[in-house]
Amino acid sequence: MSADTTVIAKQRIDWVPVALVLGVIVIALPFIPSLPTWVTLTVAGLAMGMMIFIMASGLTLVFGLMDVMNFAHGAFISVGAYGAVTVLLAMKPAMQSASMLENLSAMLPAMLAAIVLAGALGWFFERVVIRPVYGDHLKQILVTMGGLIVCEQLIHVVWGAESIAVPRPANFSGALTFGDVAVERYRIFAVLLGLAVFLAMWLVLNRTRVGLLVRAGVENPEMVEALGYRIRRLFVGVFVAGSGLAGLGGVIWAMYQEAVNAQMGMQVMVLIFIVIIIGGLGSVGGCFAGALLVGLLANYTGYVLPKLALGSNILLMVLILLWRPRGLYPVGKA
Amino acid sequence: MLVLEGVHTHIGQYHILQGVDFAVPRGGLTMLLGRNGAGKTTCLRTIMGLWRASRGSIHFNGKDITRLQTPDLARRGVAYVPENMGIFAGLTVRENMLLAARSGPPDEVRLDWIFGLFPAMKKFWNGVAGNLSGGQKQMLAICRAIVEPRALILVDEPSKGLAPAIIANMIEAFRELKRTDTTLLVVEQNFHFARALGDNVAVMDAGRIVHSGRMDALAADEALQTRLLGLSLESHQ
Repeated sequence: MSADTTVIAKQRIDWVPVALVLGVIVIALPFIPSLPTWVTLTVAGLAMGMMIFIMASGLTLVFGLMDVMNFAHGAFISVGAYGAVTVLLAMKPAMQSASMLENLSAMLPAMLAAIVLAGALGWFFERVVIRPVYGDHLKQILVTMGGLIVCEQLIHVVWGAESIAVPRPANFSGALTFGDVAVERYRIFAVLLGLAVFLAMWLVLNRTRVGLLVRAGVENPEMVEALGYRIRRLFVGVFVAGSGLAGLGGVIWAMYQEAVNAQMGMQVMVLIFIVIIIGGLGSVGGCFAGALLVGLLANYTGYVLPKLALGSNILLMVLILLWRPRGLYPVGKA
Repeated sequence: MLVLEGVHTHIGQYHILQGVDFAVPRGGLTMLLGRNGAGKTTCLRTIMGLWRASRGSIHFNGKDITRLQTPDLARRGVAYVPENMGIFAGLTVRENMLLAARSGPPDEVRLDWIFGLFPAMKKFWNGVAGNLSGGQKQMLAICRAIVEPRALILVDEPSKGLAPAIIANMIEAFRELKRTDTTLLVVEQNFHFARALGDNVAVMDAGRIVHSGRMDALAADEALQTRLLGLSLESHQ
């Protein structure tokens, strides 16, 4: 094949998974008795998907970059949520205020606390728990599961064993109504935050040198090292950032559920693993599409066929892996 | 420039390099030849720090680099083109080159020089590297290694699986590279390619260097070729 006659495709977005997400939304319409219910379920599904994406996006990069199976990711979600709830409860008057500014003055420090606390825990985990077991999946599963359990018990010690009610800010409670359609304000906030996180991650990964290194590292970490970059340092950075995002997702999820408990991270880990597997390990775009699919399907089946709701995401994963065995957006591993 | 003394490398339970001794002089191109499984790739990976030498020493520009980490070695001016080319398939040609240029965006003059060696890289600058043909990927791998001046370039089987026209292009590019100040250590199985480019040669067998000297001397000695490599030069042509 001559180099002069070969046509090389420029970087293109694969729109098929995007069409799949839109297809699921459209296909659900005839199965839902009324349009307002369909809109409500769709927004709920998108909001749930965005929250799962925020929690899962860091884990998919950790998986892709260093092939680490980190079940302790659930602990970062729980600890981040508890840290934020501590801030939220201390600022209850600001949360209950009718002023949006006062609400935000409580929410932003809470979210920051979640990111910092979960990020710090992630840094500690990488150094103490995960570093000695690089390259050994079985040991990774054992030590990170152990770490998750230890963290849950520490949460009991620090915050108590009972669930804690989490207040939603006054301006994020209730619903907006458009004719017959009612959409919860908090869900709109979750969708917007999820989009902002996705956009920020996309910009970092595609428009910065660090992002270029991460994308290259996910494909071939050894070659990144041979080019003169310390992949371990990059990995620690991604691990801490991913843990921080898990913490952020934790507080958003906690306000959505209006409660926190020590097991919340572990409970959501099943969905997170489904999302990163169907998205393609290491792919942020795949994680985003996968999270939306999982969120939408969970809400539609929960309404139409409640008995199928639990298994619907497993079924989704099976079907997607039969169609694309390496996920929606496979990452070319070396 | 590069000196290996009694280098041993174990991979798991296997003892691959069993006391490798050879030197790569500054400037020019040294060929590392040998049959399949002789330990050539292991030798390059050990030099690059991708596998640890269990014994022996490696010196580069007079400094002991045996225990250096791979990124530190790369920062001292050693570039590596692996046998599988190590292309980042999901990145564009441009992004692959940007990553290799550690000190900032690639210098325009140098980039023009590289495009002169491999015009296809200019044509496919914004194309996804994973969509390039095998030959073009090999070109990209070499371009990445030379995007900035390097003291030593290690190349593992650059002609492997390439069409004759691409090999001819590659030979011309290596000749041009030899005119610069770069030192090259190239693992090769294609004796025709090796003879066309090599100044010096080292031959490996069973994890040891069994011959080293001038390439033209080996090319002229058919009996030695047959003894060391199992095949004569003519049978490669």
